[in-house]
Amino acid sequence: MAINRRDFLKATSGGALLLASGATVAEAEVKPLTPGAVGILYDATLCIGCKSCMVNCKKYNTIEEGGALYKPGREIPYDFPGDYPIWDEVTELSDTSLSIIRAYKDGTGLNRNQVEDGFSFVKNHCMHCIEPACASVCPVDALHKDPASGAVIHRRERCIGCRYCQVACPFGIPKFEWGSNNPLIVKCQLCHHRYASGGYSACCEYCPTGASIFGPVEELRAEAKRRLALSYGSTYDFPTQTVDSTHRMPGKVSRYIDRIYGMTEAGGTQYLLLAGVPFDKLGFNPRISDQEYPELTWSYIKKVPVLIAALLAAGAVSYYATRDRNAGKSEE
Amino acid sequence: MTSAREIRMWTPNTILLLFAILVGGGVALYRLTSGLGAVTNLNDTYPWGLWLAFDVLGGVAMAAGGFIIAAAIYLFNWKKYKPIGRPAILTAFLGYLMAVVALFLDIGHPFRLWHPMIMWQVHSVMWVVAIHVVLYTTTLAIESSPMLFERIGKSGALKVLGKIMVGVVAFGVMLSTLHQSSLGAVFLIAPAKMSPLWFSEFIPYMFLISAIAMGLCMVSTEAMLSARFFNHHVDVEIYRGLARGTLISLSLLLVLKIFFLFRSGVGLAFDGSLEGNMYLLEMAIGIVIPMILLLNSRFRKEPDAILGVNILVIVGVLVNRMNVCLFSMQEYSAAQGSSYFPTLMEILLTMGIVSLGIFLFKMAAKHLPLFANPLEPR
Repeated sequence: MAINRRDFLKATSGGALLLASGATVAEAEVKPLTPGAVGILYDATLCIGCKSCMVNCKKYNTIEEGGALYKPGREIPYDFPGDYPIWDEVTELSDTSLSIIRAYKDGTGLNRNQVEDGFSFVKNHCMHCIEPACASVCPVDALHKDPASGAVIHRRERCIGCRYCQVACPFGIPKFEWGSNNPLIVKCQLCHHRYASGGYSACCEYCPTGASIFGPVEELRAEAKRRLALSYGSTYDFPTQTVDSTHRMPGKVSRYIDRIYGMTEAGGTQYLLLAGVPFDKLGFNPRISDQEYPELTWSYIKKVPVLIAALLAAGAVSYYATRDRNAGKSEE
Repeated sequence: MTSAREIRMWTPNTILLLFAILVGGGVALYRLTSGLGAVTNLNDTYPWGLWLAFDVLGGVAMAAGGFIIAAAIYLFNWKKYKPIGRPAILTAFLGYLMAVVALFLDIGHPFRLWHPMIMWQVHSVMWVVAIHVVLYTTTLAIESSPMLFERIGKSGALKVLGKIMVGVVAFGVMLSTLHQSSLGAVFLIAPAKMSPLWFSEFIPYMFLISAIAMGLCMVSTEAMLSARFFNHHVDVEIYRGLARGTLISLSLLLVLKIFFLFRSGVGLAFDGSLEGNMYLLEMAIGIVIPMILLLNSRFRKEPDAILGVNILVIVGVLVNRMNVCLFSMQEYSAAQGSSYFPTLMEILLTMGIVSLGIFLFKMAAKHLPLFANPLEPR
């Protein structure tokens, strides 16, 4: 069931772009990580769509000590669209929903992890890229890759609200406070604010099935590879909450798509996903390449100093070379 | 030369301009008190809208005439263009000021506009752009200042300026060239969202070349209109020279456009989609029709025909900026279930900002020695 991604890319306009921009369509190398890099592995085949992650994400991001949703006096921003009091009615990430569970459904939607007449859940939040486009384009360094954890965090006190990060992020993650009179960007911080007190990402801590697990990215990658190697229908002890958890839940292994999303996408991310349904069906933009996005603009910016020197020199040369052009008639 | 006091202040056009400025000012105030969500139709998939595409990208492209004419006069010593030097540079200055006003209102926290000055992030094109705007607006202020000093009779300051002007212009030309291309480079980061009709690694240079074409047309149009409205004479040879420049830059742009169209697939332009049609519109009115007209030597020499070409190119480049910033994201946004069309308030503010520029230009024409005068003091 695995789709051949290279062929897929070639078949779309994105493929043409990739070739054109000099990016390698060939299997990109897996990016080396910073030693302390942590992340999340989400296994869609284990997700039951209970949205416990969403509600606890909101809850633990509204705490005063660094919560991304915290504002003085603010209640936990559960959403009640259409006045109907169901907190999980939201369908898109927003400035009050840093993570979201969405569903893929086809036909009768009866068969789990199946493309036709099937369904699958998927959890969206910041991918925490190894080379984040958003941080590279931020003119004030408000979006910033934490050197220790590798989490891409947002420093509100710097943000000017220019929204370049929204244009740049290939995953469409940064959201803007459109309802505020002085709006800024909001995004998932990988619960960076909870590490100091021994905590970790709330979506993993409160996931009852082990669909979301937190841990060092190297271990998450190893775990993901291990799962892909399991045979369909066999039994496996899935860790819950964290990758090295002592609490494990035995479960039947589903049929996986042979792809760890986030291994190479956008140069590699610290949020990894496994699924039984192709990722473009789960809403991931198929035009996202393995390109490290910051390189796209850096390849231009690094020329700027040379261009400054060249243009100044050209101006001077031109001035002295054409100086005599008007000799004798300058007072015309 | 003296200012043109005979220009009448209270004409119906001026009253209309002032009315538009007033309305725009009201919208600006409302935006400052109520936020972007209340005033605009922007959303998370279309974070940039009319203000960014038209006021900032379009406004800065319009201002390109300033650096081209300054380079022609000071660095290439084409003294023929001296009579239009001051209005060209003033237009650029006003264009940048208006882009700054639009940016101020467009960013989330207007009063943090200064942050990039101290919070450096050299990997960000936006930071590069921000620094350029500040430095170049300052440079343009210096380049325009002889008018003011002449008016208030400070001959000492004029002498100093006369000595440093070539250096200032060389610095300004460098900044402006980089700024025009950097504005295009802003979009290099979005290959997964933009239509290949507009995305290419050459987008910075296409922005630069199209800005040069538009800048030449702006200067030419402005000289024609102000000659008509403010009653002064401009040598026809100036228009013809500018038209030749337009033709050269459009030819270069056409070659690049065709090359990248073939690389992304010609079919994309003719598939009847919104993007394809917008691309064809941009190509037709901004490049192909103006070039056909200019290649005809009879039209190329006739000021009225040149005026027509100028207007086509200006509109065409504005459409290009809207295409790059908005329409090229169409397919991606539709997949996200998102769309954008500016609100009346966004349009009114844009009209207010443009009116402010025209009004300030008129006031400068009335009160400052703007026309038919070399930039530097004698």
